[in-house]
Amino acid sequence: MADGRFFSTTKKGEVAEYKNDLHSLDRKSQKNAVKRVIAAMTVGKDVSSLFPGTHNVVNCMQTEDMELKKLVYLYLINYAKTQPDLAIMAVNTFVKDTQDPNPLIRALAVRTMGCIRVDKITEYLCDPLQRCLKDEDPYVRKTAAVCVAKLYDISAEMVEDRGFLDVLRDMVGDANPMVVANAVAALAEIQASSSGPVFVIDGAVLTKLLRALNECSEWGQVFILDALAAYTPADSRDAEGIVERVAARLQHANGAVVLSAIKLILHAAKYIEDAGARAAIHKKLAPPLVTLLGAEPEIQYVALRNIDLIVQSVPGILSHEVKVFFCKYNDPIYVKTEKLEIMIKLADEKNIDQVLLELREYASEVDVDFVRKAVRAVGRCAISLEPAAERCVNVLLDLIQGRVSYVVQEAVVVLRDVFRRYPGRYERVIAPLCECLEALDEPEAKAAMVWIIGEYADRIDNADELLEQFLEGFPEESPGVQLALVTATVKLFLRKPSEKPQALIQLVLSYATQETDSPDLRDRAYIYWRLLSADPDAARDVVLAPRPVIEAAADGVDPALRAELLGELGSLASVLHRPAAAFTSAARLAVRRASQLGAGGVGAGKGLVIRGGVEREAGGQLAYQLHLENAGAGVPLDGFMIQLNKNGWGLVPQSQTIPVPRLAPGASASARVPLVQNPASATPALTPALQVAIKVSQLGVLYLADAVPLAALLREDGRTSPEAFVGEWQALPDAAEQARTLPLVIHAVPAAQASLEAARLFVMAHKSVPGAEVLYVTGAAGLPSGQRAQLLLELRFVPGQRGVATVFKAQETSLAPAAFDAVAAALS
Amino acid sequence: MDSLGAIYFISGRGDVLIQRTYRDDIDKNIPAAFRTNVINSKSLDSASTAPVRQFIGSSFIHLRAGSVYLLAITRTNSNAMMILQFLSKVVDLIKSYCHGDFNEEVIKANFVLIYELLDEILDFGYPQISEPAVLKSLIFQKGFVLESTKKKREAAAQNATLQVTGAVGWRQDSIKYKKNEVFLDAIETVNMLMSAQGSVLRCDVQGRVVMKCFLSGMPDVKLGLNDKLEDVTFHPCVNLGRFQAEQVVSFVPPDGEFELMKYRCTGEEPWPWPGQGINLPFKAVVLVTEKGRTRLEVSVKLKSSFPSNLFATNVIVLIPMPEQTARANFQLSTGKAKYDPKRGSLVWKIKRFAGDAEQSLSASVEQIATTREKKAWSRPPMGMSFQIPMHSASGVRVQYLKVWEKSSYKVDKWVRKLCKSGDYHTRF
Repeated sequence: MADGRFFSTTKKGEVAEYKNDLHSLDRKSQKNAVKRVIAAMTVGKDVSSLFPGTHNVVNCMQTEDMELKKLVYLYLINYAKTQPDLAIMAVNTFVKDTQDPNPLIRALAVRTMGCIRVDKITEYLCDPLQRCLKDEDPYVRKTAAVCVAKLYDISAEMVEDRGFLDVLRDMVGDANPMVVANAVAALAEIQASSSGPVFVIDGAVLTKLLRALNECSEWGQVFILDALAAYTPADSRDAEGIVERVAARLQHANGAVVLSAIKLILHAAKYIEDAGARAAIHKKLAPPLVTLLGAEPEIQYVALRNIDLIVQSVPGILSHEVKVFFCKYNDPIYVKTEKLEIMIKLADEKNIDQVLLELREYASEVDVDFVRKAVRAVGRCAISLEPAAERCVNVLLDLIQGRVSYVVQEAVVVLRDVFRRYPGRYERVIAPLCECLEALDEPEAKAAMVWIIGEYADRIDNADELLEQFLEGFPEESPGVQLALVTATVKLFLRKPSEKPQALIQLVLSYATQETDSPDLRDRAYIYWRLLSADPDAARDVVLAPRPVIEAAADGVDPALRAELLGELGSLASVLHRPAAAFTSAARLAVRRASQLGAGGVGAGKGLVIRGGVEREAGGQLAYQLHLENAGAGVPLDGFMIQLNKNGWGLVPQSQTIPVPRLAPGASASARVPLVQNPASATPALTPALQVAIKVSQLGVLYLADAVPLAALLREDGRTSPEAFVGEWQALPDAAEQARTLPLVIHAVPAAQASLEAARLFVMAHKSVPGAEVLYVTGAAGLPSGQRAQLLLELRFVPGQRGVATVFKAQETSLAPAAFDAVAAALS
Repeated sequence: MDSLGAIYFISGRGDVLIQRTYRDDIDKNIPAAFRTNVINSKSLDSASTAPVRQFIGSSFIHLRAGSVYLLAITRTNSNAMMILQFLSKVVDLIKSYCHGDFNEEVIKANFVLIYELLDEILDFGYPQISEPAVLKSLIFQKGFVLESTKKKREAAAQNATLQVTGAVGWRQDSIKYKKNEVFLDAIETVNMLMSAQGSVLRCDVQGRVVMKCFLSGMPDVKLGLNDKLEDVTFHPCVNLGRFQAEQVVSFVPPDGEFELMKYRCTGEEPWPWPGQGINLPFKAVVLVTEKGRTRLEVSVKLKSSFPSNLFATNVIVLIPMPEQTARANFQLSTGKAKYDPKRGSLVWKIKRFAGDAEQSLSASVEQIATTREKKAWSRPPMGMSFQIPMHSASGVRVQYLKVWEKSSYKVDKWVRKLCKSGDYHTRF
């Protein structure tokens, strides 16, 4: 039976008809009515009025018919927010369903309940969820595992209070691989939005995950591989073991499994000491990378963007495979462009002839944009591959002789760079270039040509005539061309100080100083004029000074960013070649419920997304950094105010106004609010918790739960004298001492000292004891009273080995956890 | 890191056919933004056609299947590769439920089914079970299920949960056939690009091994191929560890049809064995000469180089012509030819082309004389399509196919090969 008819436009009077059907006792007409409602919902109609009287929905929910039940649930998920009563009426049925003998119904109920984001229903979710997490049926357990992540998104505290995180951590060892995979996905997500350690992968977890990896679904394998990328191998052997276990995944049919496996292998390979073994591993990655290109063009695109990163970071990995990246005639342009990028990067002395032949071919295609890119690629090869520059220039010459306007223009621009890379080497090209001046109509190409004429004025017999041609239209040229013309004319005059150039220069300089509106042009012209009239020799030294040779075009991704992206292969960041922080924020999202903070007030964020945190700026000024985004309020927002509740460090904003402009829907803005410490606003206990309230004229008050990082409070003058350190250490009672082994690796003492001191933790002394190194470290946190809390730390470690035994001593013992975090943050 | 925030099925006109939201912060204007920036976008450069882009504070990842767009939205740094693979899997899944069709009408006609599927395959944006064989034990295609069988199936569904999450999730153990049969098809697609000078610029073979298994119980199947496969990917049912260790493709097959493996080989590598690369089934020599402003002479020599006891069928040769072409006169050694203005090409069709043979075409082409300046003609390459049953361009051979089941029944095995053209182009 085709359901498509439900999409046909609603006739008048039909609405009344479905209402009758919904009330009907006949199962079939009831179902059809619900289908119509869902179809209308899909095309964006508001059908919330169609279920008058919530008892109808609940009535439908209690059906035995799974299809009808699922449809009604779909409706509930969509409208629960606007009709919270509906959700509340449905709670009982949900709770009952989670005890149904049929596991499909139990799972369906817990899955749906988690999707209904209504405060009042959340409390009822906890008990059934607890039961389902321990269900005997793995299908129910795997659904419950994801439900914990849903609940965390609504109320992190509830998840922590009920101990669900511990249950999830236990589920990582579940006998069923799919339960393991979903538990891993849920934990990884919770970890990403939490500041504390939620999901720590140690040796034991690693073993469990590697075991589950072989058996779970393809998506589960991706979750596990992605989670394992956060694991730091203990040593070289550990890393080799991971590579060995994961290598079989490279043959999986699903490209996402393959790419995540490659990411993990590249990550683990960094810890392998033997360079030969590393090279052998890299070699193994080439065939699977190539196989990724056998999929749909969209998938190829993601693969190519990632391969681009990989070939920049591991040169040589695909050096024999350049042919794979030759463009097919019918590839979409976005695939062609990426292939071209990679071809340039893979070009070497051995394959450059093939590559050039191919690029030459692309330059005769019809897509202008692509042709230009191909021409540019020839130039980039010339610049980056010196031994092949001659051959590249020949191809460019050949292209110029084809006289296709856009090809010539692009070639001229590219040749200018070639001249700057190899000054004086390819002057033979100049004559053919000068023959095609009339083809140039784009500013960039014109400016490039003018530059070439000026630079080689003494080698071009009729340089003055050529420039004169350009000068005829001087007033109408774009600013870039005008600037180039002024400079070129001066160069011409200095190289050939004869009559005609003199006439030209007067013409140009007088126009550029008297008639133009462009300050840049006028300033440059004046400089030349004064130079020339004051001291022509000095002018020659300045204008004709040898130019620095340009380096091979730095067209790749910045190395630091590349290293970051290589650890996130397959992710959006790796496709966009932008750091994830540029389009998302790892900082905590606004908590949308005041009740969680124990304060009264308005409930929802209503579409305002707030991200914030306390930071120490240079000079020691504390500030609250905020990013506000009007993500769905629907109206412009303004009148932003901030207030902090009493907190351990006594932080108060200097001014309550947040300096941001009016935020239109979709707009966002950043702001800083300077903070000061005030003993009157301090709570007696020195805890990091910080409750932030943000007031918006249109939305009322919103609350945000934050924590003050100790690092922000550490003072620049935190040093103490070694004697005072020893004295204080001995004076403090044992009760003031706490110890913890931090999962860090310190390779060398000087580097560690530098990173600690950058975080205002100062190394007082360093001594080597048998089998270990010991650092004595201190720092001072500013207390609300203006006094300082001196922290004393002892770090004991073996260089290169995991684990730093840290001992903390201070009067303010409550600072110990924060101090450990600060050390870990400084050293990781 | 989390996954999809929402998924949309959008028609070629930009109408939303299906949508499901999994996360809270999804903008209402997504379909409108997609219409403006993707579907109706005028610019055709790489940056504005790419499948992964960002608008209105969200990331848009889309896949086009026929005239329908599948769009995933996320606001975090999600795994884009996984999302695209998943979208492609969704297309396959719907095709497997809807007799191989995937278009606007099919989606509308099955929207209830698709919502039900989405409920099962994505939870909070995380892909779950997506194997068609497995899902069919949870979700039954509507329309032809009788009441009596429905009861039985629902009872079976109670066991299904144990099964779908298990290690052999793709197969139920209660399958029974009177006659046990296995069909293996090795289908190879040859891609080639030859320069006008006759040198091979690019050449590779993409192979797929598709199986149809009608086997009772829980059979163990082993497949032996003639050489060490290097660039190969397998269906999830294959024991990858075992392949790595022993080079044996060993698996418990899903019931019915599935793609067991894919492989790829290129001409230059010493593969499948040293000294022997890809056997290119056809080589062509194309000459197009311009005689004055309005006439072209075309000559094509086509030589087949597969064994003479085999035949290529449905051979079609497309020789692109300039826009202003009017008509053509042919001289052929075999087949039929004409100028097709829609495709802008000379089309030469040969029903049966014997192995180790040569055929030729020559044509004189007339063009409309125009007063306008003639545009430069880019000479797109000559294309070909063909099928050669029982031929393998890569030289892959099945050495053995063993089926073992505890009741040790008799199995009929059928192995077929097919070599067909992919992008098979010759420049001139």
